[in-house]
Amino acid sequence: MSIDWQSFRLTLELAALVSAILLVAGLPLAYWIAFSRWRLKFLVEAIIALPIVLPPTVLGFYVLVALGSHSPLGRWWQSFTGHTLAFTFTGLVIGSIVYSLPFAVQPFTTAFSSVDRKLLAASATLGASPARTFFRVVVPLSMPGLITGVVLAFAHTMGEFGVVLMIGGNIPGVTRTVSIDIYDQVQASNYAGANATALLLLVFCFAVLAAVYGLNRRNPKSWMIGPAN
Amino acid sequence: MPTPEPEKPANPTLHAVIRKVFAAAEKGFSLDVDFTAAAGFTVIFGHSGSGKTTLLDCVSGLTRPQAGRIAIAGRVLFDASNQTNVPVAKRGVGYVFQDLALFPHLTVEQNAQYGLAQLPRPQRRERAAALLRDFRIDHLSRRRPTEVSGGERQRVALARVLVTDPCALLLDEPLAALDAATKSKIIDDLRRWNEAHRIPILYVTHSREEVIALGERVLVMENGRIIAQGTPHQVLSAPLQETVAQLAGFENIFDATVWLTHEDRGTLTCRLPTGQPSGFVLLETPLIRAEPGSRVRVGIRAGDILLATVKPEGLSARNVIAGQLVSLERRDMMISARVNCGVEMEVHLTLASRDALQLTPGREVWLVIKTYSCHLMQC
Repeated sequence: MSIDWQSFRLTLELAALVSAILLVAGLPLAYWIAFSRWRLKFLVEAIIALPIVLPPTVLGFYVLVALGSHSPLGRWWQSFTGHTLAFTFTGLVIGSIVYSLPFAVQPFTTAFSSVDRKLLAASATLGASPARTFFRVVVPLSMPGLITGVVLAFAHTMGEFGVVLMIGGNIPGVTRTVSIDIYDQVQASNYAGANATALLLLVFCFAVLAAVYGLNRRNPKSWMIGPAN
Repeated sequence: MPTPEPEKPANPTLHAVIRKVFAAAEKGFSLDVDFTAAAGFTVIFGHSGSGKTTLLDCVSGLTRPQAGRIAIAGRVLFDASNQTNVPVAKRGVGYVFQDLALFPHLTVEQNAQYGLAQLPRPQRRERAAALLRDFRIDHLSRRRPTEVSGGERQRVALARVLVTDPCALLLDEPLAALDAATKSKIIDDLRRWNEAHRIPILYVTHSREEVIALGERVLVMENGRIIAQGTPHQVLSAPLQETVAQLAGFENIFDATVWLTHEDRGTLTCRLPTGQPSGFVLLETPLIRAEPGSRVRVGIRAGDILLATVKPEGLSARNVIAGQLVSLERRDMMISARVNCGVEMEVHLTLASRDALQLTPGREVWLVIKTYSCHLMQC
C-alpha cells in the first residue's frame, strides 16, 4: 500500500480553502441573484452555471490563459509577486473557485429564494436593518441550503481533475492532488496503489456526504410549515 | 394639502393622503384615499381587491405611493412633494400581517424580542415578558410558533409588534381565521392595551360582524376609494349609502340590551329601545355569552324578514311583531318596505307579493323574523 498522504493533505487543504472562500463570496452573490430585479440578471446566472456544462479542460484552459503572463491579471500578479499564477497552489485555488462556484451558489440561491418574503417585510417593520434581517432571518431559514452548497463545493473540489491538470500540472506538495496521483499510478500500472488511494477518497467523500445528509435529516425543517389559517 | 399639520406633536392622529396607480397588468387598479384616523380602532372594510392591504402597505412603507402625504402624530413619514420617504425600519409603524409572518425558527419569546435589538438584553427580556403576560401567552415563551394554537399565534404576533411601542398599528384581517369567542377575547386584550397607549389602529376586515363589534369608526373601501366613513351605525344604516348597506349585508342594525337569557332554549330576549320614553320592542335571538343588561347590536337582513297582513299562527319563527307600513319603494325588481313597529325596519319583498298582499303605506302588518335571522354582535 502506498498512499500519497502528501497529495491527500493538499487536496483537503484545497477543498477546505475553496469551500470557505465560496461560502464568504457566494452568500452575497446568491443574495443578489435571489433578490435583485435587474433585467439582465439571467446572464449572470448563465455565466455562473457554465462550469456545470463545460468540459473541465476547456475551463482549465481559459483559467490557465487568464492566469498566464499574457493576461492583465497574470501580468499584475507577476509584477506584484515576481512569478506567474499558473502551476502554483494559489492558481489552483482560483481555478477551483471558478470550477465549484455553481455548486455553492445555486443551492444558496434556491434557499434564499424560498424564504417567505413576508418574513422579510415583518423584520423590516420591526425596525431591523437589511443586515440584521439577513443574519437573523434569511441565513437561519436557509441553513440546510447553505450546508448543502458548502458540502457540494467541498466534494466537487476534492474530486476535480481536468482543471487541476490544466493549470496546476503535477508538482508534489504544491499542485499534485489525489485525483492526479491516482491517474499517475494507473499510468505507471501500479493498480494496487491506485486502488488504495481511490478507495480512501471514496470512503472519505461518502462519510462527509452521509454526515451532512444525516444532519439535515435529524434537523427537519418542521418550522417551515406556515401558520395554520 | 387639504388638512393642516396637527399642532401638538403628542396628538396621536394618523393622517394619510395616498395616491398609487398600478400598471395596466393589474387591471389599472389605483388607490386614491384621504383619511384621518384618531387614536383607537378605525375599521377598514371592503371586499377583497378593494385596496385595503395596499393602503396598509403604503402606511407601513412597504409600498411607495406615487403621490400624497402620510403623517402620524405630526411626524411626516412620506411626502411626495418634497421626496420624504422614511424607510420601513425607521417608521415605527406596527404591522400584523394577514398570515402573521411569525419567525418560524425563533421561539415565542425570541419573536417577541425581535423588535428590541437596540435595547440591552435584560431590558429586552423584561419588556417582551411583560407583553407576553399582557396577552396571556407567557407560559408559551419557549415554544415555536408551530407548536401553539391559532389564537395563541395571533397573540404572539400582536405582542411582537406592540413590544416596540409603535406609533400606529396596522392589522390586516388578523383574526379572520378564529372562532368568535377567541376573537372577542383577543380584541378585549387589545382594547385594554390601547387604553393605556392611545395610538391609531387601522383594522382591515371583510367581516361585517367585526365592523359592528369593533368600530368606533369605519372606512368603507371600494375600488381603491373610500366610499363611506363614520360610525358603523351611521355608515351601515344611512339610507343614502345603498352600496354600503349591500356590502354590509345588514339593512337593519339596532342597539339593544340583553333582557333575558334562556340557556335551556338556547336563546336570548333582547330589548330594542324605541323613540318613545320607556317604549321597547322585544326580539328573540340566538344565545350568546352575555349577561342580562349588557349591550349588544342586532343585525337583520331585510330579505330575512317576512311580512304578513294578518297575524300568522302556527309558525316556528319566534318573533311576530305588529307594525305599520311606512313606505314602499321600488328598487329595480324588488320592493323595499319600511315598517314601523316601534323601531323602523326595512323589509325586502318581490313585486308579486306587494301586489298579492295589496300593500299600501299606512297598512297594519305583521313582521315575522326567525330567531336565527337575528345576528348578534357584542359591543
